[in-house]
Amino acid sequence: MSGKRVTFKNLWLAILLILPQLFLVFTFFYWPAGEALYWAFTLEPPFGGEQQWVGWQNFETVFADPLYWNSVKRSLLFAFSSTALAMGIGLLLASFVDRQLAGYKVYRFIYFWPYAVAAPAVGLAFRFIFAPDAGFVSAINVWFPGLWNPALDGFDAMVLIVLANAWSMVAYNFIFFLAGLQSIPRSLVEAGAMDGAGAVRRMRDLQLPLIAPTFFFLIVINITDSFVNSFGIVDITTGGGPARATDLMVFKIYSDGFKGKDYSLAAAQSLVLMLMVCALTFIQFRFVERRVHYS
Amino acid sequence: MADILIRSVVKSYGRTKVVHGIDLDILHGDFVVILGPSGCGKSTLLRMIAGLEEIDAGEIAIAGRVVNELEPRERGCAMVFQNYALYPHMSVAENIGYSLKIMGIRKVERLERVTAVARIVGLEEFLDRRPAQLSGGQRQRVAMARAMIKEPQVFLFDEPLSNLDAKLRVQMRIEIRRLHRRLGGTSVFVTHDQVEAMTLADKLVVMNAGRIEQVGTPKEVYHRPASLFVAGFIGSPPMNIMKVGSATPGLARLASGATLQMPWLDTVPESSLRLGIRPEDIELVAPGTPGAMEMPVEFVEELGAGHLVHGEFEGAEFVVALPGAIEVVAGGRLHMCFPTEALHMFDAVSGLRLDGGEKASGLSSGAVREFA
Repeated sequence: MSGKRVTFKNLWLAILLILPQLFLVFTFFYWPAGEALYWAFTLEPPFGGEQQWVGWQNFETVFADPLYWNSVKRSLLFAFSSTALAMGIGLLLASFVDRQLAGYKVYRFIYFWPYAVAAPAVGLAFRFIFAPDAGFVSAINVWFPGLWNPALDGFDAMVLIVLANAWSMVAYNFIFFLAGLQSIPRSLVEAGAMDGAGAVRRMRDLQLPLIAPTFFFLIVINITDSFVNSFGIVDITTGGGPARATDLMVFKIYSDGFKGKDYSLAAAQSLVLMLMVCALTFIQFRFVERRVHYS
Repeated sequence: MADILIRSVVKSYGRTKVVHGIDLDILHGDFVVILGPSGCGKSTLLRMIAGLEEIDAGEIAIAGRVVNELEPRERGCAMVFQNYALYPHMSVAENIGYSLKIMGIRKVERLERVTAVARIVGLEEFLDRRPAQLSGGQRQRVAMARAMIKEPQVFLFDEPLSNLDAKLRVQMRIEIRRLHRRLGGTSVFVTHDQVEAMTLADKLVVMNAGRIEQVGTPKEVYHRPASLFVAGFIGSPPMNIMKVGSATPGLARLASGATLQMPWLDTVPESSLRLGIRPEDIELVAPGTPGAMEMPVEFVEELGAGHLVHGEFEGAEFVVALPGAIEVVAGGRLHMCFPTEALHMFDAVSGLRLDGGEKASGLSSGAVREFA
């Protein structure tokens, strides 16, 4: 087992080398997480002063709040629809490139670029493109007046952030799907063609089952990502509105904590979110992965 | 009738042309083997028949229908791949029955047909296994069964035996031949193994560098190679090739001055010539026999049934195949003569065979003995 592992004879050198990384992880992950844990069980005065131990009271407040359950519902809707959309489009594009349709060499590169764009920038771009009065999509309102307005219609706003998030995740999914598809021996797909299966049938019966591990991995990554990394998009495009229609869990944590100045309530919500993501991942590994073939 | 007619078919990848205008008629019921070194375009040609490769120019027709624009599934061919290409996530039964499933055939009938085909190839007990749990030979059989179940008019084999060990290969070769006779379709078999090619083929197609060098029965190709390439490629060890110093009708003089009578050589072209003789056609004679040629023995390869004597003759490597009873030692000398009927004359520039057409085969063997 240890054959390929690099071993250091000098323990001190090893410690010295990993110290900077440990320092970063501790400062920006474990320390704030520990603070949040502490805050979640205390009342933190917004303008400083003594903290007060309140036990489960913060959690009771959170769970009793219908606005909180609204944000959980919105987050689930957002996570599942943007995951489905991003994975569907990613798979479609990857299968086009895998089949070497015209221009696939160019697409192979440019499809990955959106992933390099930061979430707030994605949000900004989508905000302009989907602006009801001036964006590209405003043409819809010329044909059907009042049909599209994410600033007034909660459904439109949700569509907007789902599209923006999916757009930035498609690139990531595309790369993994393409790598998965290309790891399938070409002759296997050709055998499918000789057996009479068309492109869609081959995808369903042969390619998808064979890239099931990739598929499963991407589900976990996409859902987790849409739970925790959606803040930038929501903040720039909708600000949680209209009427809390896009008030996702991460965004509510931010607005309760930094706008409402209720750090304790925000800390309690962060813990719930963290446990939720852990639970989702656990469920997926426990129950979905069992049905995945690794052969 | 599933004739395959190939007309001036061309294929290139980017700027590299890999198939240079091939014409070939494959008749219904034929077992045709396409033989050539790797990279000669033989697999590409097969894949163009299958529909897995686009045809850049020319035309392929199967059973009287031009198939250039047809999808693989519309061509009525089945194919056995080199690495078997079995579906790893399906059982043997599912692998074999996949094409029927796509055709929308009911489960009960499907199972019946899968079992019937599995019985032919001896896989009945393995229907529930996954391909990963099978041996190489069993996987090969699954691939064959998968091709057979559609009862196709045309079987395409893309080097299907090259992943098997030597013993299994001989066994599968016989089974493939038997299946062909039993199913009665047209088979096209691509290989780089000349023993496979010689034993399987009704009709042998030798390809080189994207062109057909010769088409004929295995016997014709072996005994009357149409070009220097075929002469060197078919036969193991390959044919000995010697430079011809000068030639007049009926007579060839080697570079060293030895003369060989070739009664059938009636016209001699201007260009330089090459003379070929197979190692197993060379005869030994007593020292001092008129016309005998001498070769120093460099080393001897033992084959059990016989041996191969290596040496240098006419300034090039030379091999003589001898039966096991004859003792030869390294450092000794070999006295040999070349039977006239066994000589092959080629134009060195075009590489093409020269002979008096039908006369060559019509010659009596008496001429040979006379010379010896």
